[in-house]
Amino acid sequence: MVSFNILVAVALSYVALLFSVAFYAERKADQGRGAWLYSPIVYTLSLSIYCTAWTFYGAVGYAARSGLEFVTIYLGPTIVLVGWWWVLRRLVRIGRAQRITSIADLISSRFGKSKSLGVIVTILAVVAATPYIALQLQSVTLSFAVFAEAGGQPWGADKLNGGAIAVAIGLAIFTVFFGTRNLDANERHHGIVMAIAVEAVVKLFALLAVGAFVVWGIAGGPSQILAQIDASPISQWEQDGARWVGLIFVSGAAFICLPRMFQVLVVENVDERHLNIAGWAFPTYLMLMSLFVVPIAVVGLAILPEGANPDLFVLTVPLSQGRDGLAMFSFLGGFSSATSMVIVSTIALATMVSNHIVVPIWLRVQAGAGAKMSGDVRSVILLARRLSIGGILALGYLYFRVSGGGTALAAIGLVSFSGAVQVLPVLIGGVFWRGATRIGAAMGLITGFLVWGWTLFLPSFGAGAFISETVMAQGPFSIYWLRPTALFGIDGMDALVHGIVWSMLLNALMFFLGSVFSFPTPMERLQGAQFVNVFDYSTGSASRHTDAADAEDLLIMSQRIMGGTEAQAFFQAEAMSQGKSGYLPDVTSHFIERLERELAGSVGAATAHAMMGPLTDGHGMSVEDLIAVADEAAQILEYSNQLEAKSAEQEHTARALRTANEKLTVLSVQKDAFLSQISHELRTPMTSIRSFSEILRDGEMTPAEQERYAGIIHDETLRLTRLLDDLLDLSVLANGQVTLQDQSGDLKGLIDRAVSVAGGDTEGLRILRNPSSEALGVRTDLDRLGQVFINLITNARKYCDADAPQLRIKVGRVSGHYCIDFIDNGSGILAENQALIFEKFARVSDEQKAGSAGLGLAICREIMQRLGGQISYLPGQGGAAFRVVLPPAAILAIR
Amino acid sequence: MSPPHKSAVFLERRAYQKRRMRDLARGVPVFGAVLWSIPLLWQQGDAGGQGTQNSAAVVYIFVVWIILIVLAALISRAVRSDREQPPDVKNG
Repeated sequence: MVSFNILVAVALSYVALLFSVAFYAERKADQGRGAWLYSPIVYTLSLSIYCTAWTFYGAVGYAARSGLEFVTIYLGPTIVLVGWWWVLRRLVRIGRAQRITSIADLISSRFGKSKSLGVIVTILAVVAATPYIALQLQSVTLSFAVFAEAGGQPWGADKLNGGAIAVAIGLAIFTVFFGTRNLDANERHHGIVMAIAVEAVVKLFALLAVGAFVVWGIAGGPSQILAQIDASPISQWEQDGARWVGLIFVSGAAFICLPRMFQVLVVENVDERHLNIAGWAFPTYLMLMSLFVVPIAVVGLAILPEGANPDLFVLTVPLSQGRDGLAMFSFLGGFSSATSMVIVSTIALATMVSNHIVVPIWLRVQAGAGAKMSGDVRSVILLARRLSIGGILALGYLYFRVSGGGTALAAIGLVSFSGAVQVLPVLIGGVFWRGATRIGAAMGLITGFLVWGWTLFLPSFGAGAFISETVMAQGPFSIYWLRPTALFGIDGMDALVHGIVWSMLLNALMFFLGSVFSFPTPMERLQGAQFVNVFDYSTGSASRHTDAADAEDLLIMSQRIMGGTEAQAFFQAEAMSQGKSGYLPDVTSHFIERLERELAGSVGAATAHAMMGPLTDGHGMSVEDLIAVADEAAQILEYSNQLEAKSAEQEHTARALRTANEKLTVLSVQKDAFLSQISHELRTPMTSIRSFSEILRDGEMTPAEQERYAGIIHDETLRLTRLLDDLLDLSVLANGQVTLQDQSGDLKGLIDRAVSVAGGDTEGLRILRNPSSEALGVRTDLDRLGQVFINLITNARKYCDADAPQLRIKVGRVSGHYCIDFIDNGSGILAENQALIFEKFARVSDEQKAGSAGLGLAICREIMQRLGGQISYLPGQGGAAFRVVLPPAAILAIR
Repeated sequence: MSPPHKSAVFLERRAYQKRRMRDLARGVPVFGAVLWSIPLLWQQGDAGGQGTQNSAAVVYIFVVWIILIVLAALISRAVRSDREQPPDVKNG
């Protein structure tokens, strides 16, 4: 018979082993050499905290009492795990993307980082988990008591209490030591994860060892054990269908919602791929854990005396067969189950209590000064967490003492599960439904909590403890419909199923209605988008193309950067281009691209991409970062806008100055060219005048010669005068100083006069006209127009090189304008010179004809511009041809 | 600027099969839930021993369990959470 002291020694050395394993793992992780810490096996084993002492010991007891119903507790998690692609994958991704620290944090974060929701979930979790912790303490002390009794020293109540308090203190020390060593952002605890992985192996092998012993050692093989099942009191399938389905549901949901499970599943997860392995490996673990439960139960029922506690068959069956070593191993398995659950549960709850209750209160008390001291906050959080660990274990112990242990406590396991499950509607709704709001979540959680408390939690203490028997039977204030076990007057349901059904239904209903009829804050909507679309953002999958709600987030963000009006205008324009009305276009990649570019125009491409990243790629900045950056960027934008406005103004001025400068340079060049031309033109006649006047002064010449020279001088003087007149004329015209006369007359008469002034229709130049076409009344400055005609006729007389020079004057209508064409029969003007002839001093031939300074056509052009008409060279007429277009206003009537 | 992106109607064979494997992964829990609901239809046991025997029930439940585990293990090879299809569109 194993002595009690040996048992204590074994237990203590086992604890020492766990300490060293945890310590070793922490050290390896610190040194960065703990690659094996990140293996999927460790992750899978850490999930085994689902199997607590309640399942280790209790499952056999459960099976002995109610047959196969115990297995539902494992079937639910199995379904959840093999379906990891549905929910777990999403939770883990969200947990990593949002750096979630606990289930309360997830709920609070999803609903706009709501403090009140965090508090509600935390309180709910603590209330639901405390009895469960008490249950673990009870199971450990009971197992000690079994050995004490086997050793001949039965434990009294005081010893049980002492054992419980010793276990609680030991657990508190371990948890504080390894659970609050660091304050990682991601809240991972390598030492603890490693320790519970070791414990997972121990409890699995302990149960398998006992099972193998029972099947092969006692019963004699699998077929015998099946026969023994048929012969046992639990041979018949007597399962209540509602409980079967209800318990599968509750256990599956609890697997996600229990704070400790969330801790190992999501928070301690280091790699999303581990889910892939755990998806089948952990169901295997669960299957092995439950494989020998029924055999142990039926063998225990067969060989142990009636009245033996079936909850302790795992210990008492080996002990009764004298297998002390096996019993010891089994004890360690149960001890492992209890301690690993308590440790993780305490850490998860302590994290929630410190993050959502203690620290917010502390910050409020410190109001003002608190926010600045980041280092200070850290130490406060650690202290808060340590105190919370102690507090939660103390609470568990207190509960153990108050409830007095026993059967009332054993029933609390499922009640505790169904309490934790109240988070489920909000959790699932939060990660799948964007319409879920903070108000709805709070309403659902509070409703579920109240209904659960009334129908399951308070009655679980037994009639008369909290709820009097009259109230149980007749309802509070005799309101029949509010009886704790028969809400709305529906009798006859199993109490557990009744509580679960009503709490979940009302919870989900209030959550739904509250969400539908309330309006979320922008932060909630941003967070909602991040949570619900956590995969779409990272994969760019098809759903992004149709989800108009995404556009809203983009609009919110864009408004912070671009300003409200501009962003709305841009979104509206985009929506219109997609054929939609309103402000929210479909979020196509095309649109994203455009928007990003639009934002890049304001904040630069890199920043814009980084800002679009979280909404389109799903990782990177948190929403708070995003908003902070947006505010900052808006300020920078404001400043840069001002700078840009100033710089644009300067740019404008500089451009104006540059243009003016260019104009001045051109004018200066023109002036130089003009001056040199003028001096050349003046110098030529002056030279002849000077030389001939010198000859005259010297005398000694015949009167004929004298007359000839004087004639030349006179001619040159005339030419000079004419040149100066032309220059004067041109300058007057060019400066716009000329005053135009308003005269009316007859085109034919005008041309007649011009022809006669220019020398008339002589042998030197035949003039061909069509008098009937010239019957046109004109109203303009006739003198100036006549000057143009005279000039053109004179030019023809001078430059027409035909043998029998002719000039045709043709009046006609071309595209609505009256034109007068002057066409001679000479050789015309070469194409390359046609553009030059209207310039000042442009002369096509070098040959100097009398009185020509090359200003005639320049003057003609100036005059026609003043009159509102134009003059141009008309190529392709078989000679030089000029077209004078009369201004439309000048035509009076066809005579 | 690239034209407005449309998700492809037809995927190449590998991507298509990958998606079907994901559908399979989604189907496993449904399959399990249905199989484990079948005990609801079983005849309740009575004193005369005419009902379903628990020995048979144990065998049924564990066989379903093993089938689910094997299925999940096979599918987990085909479905890798980290190997998402690359984003169809890279912005920027």
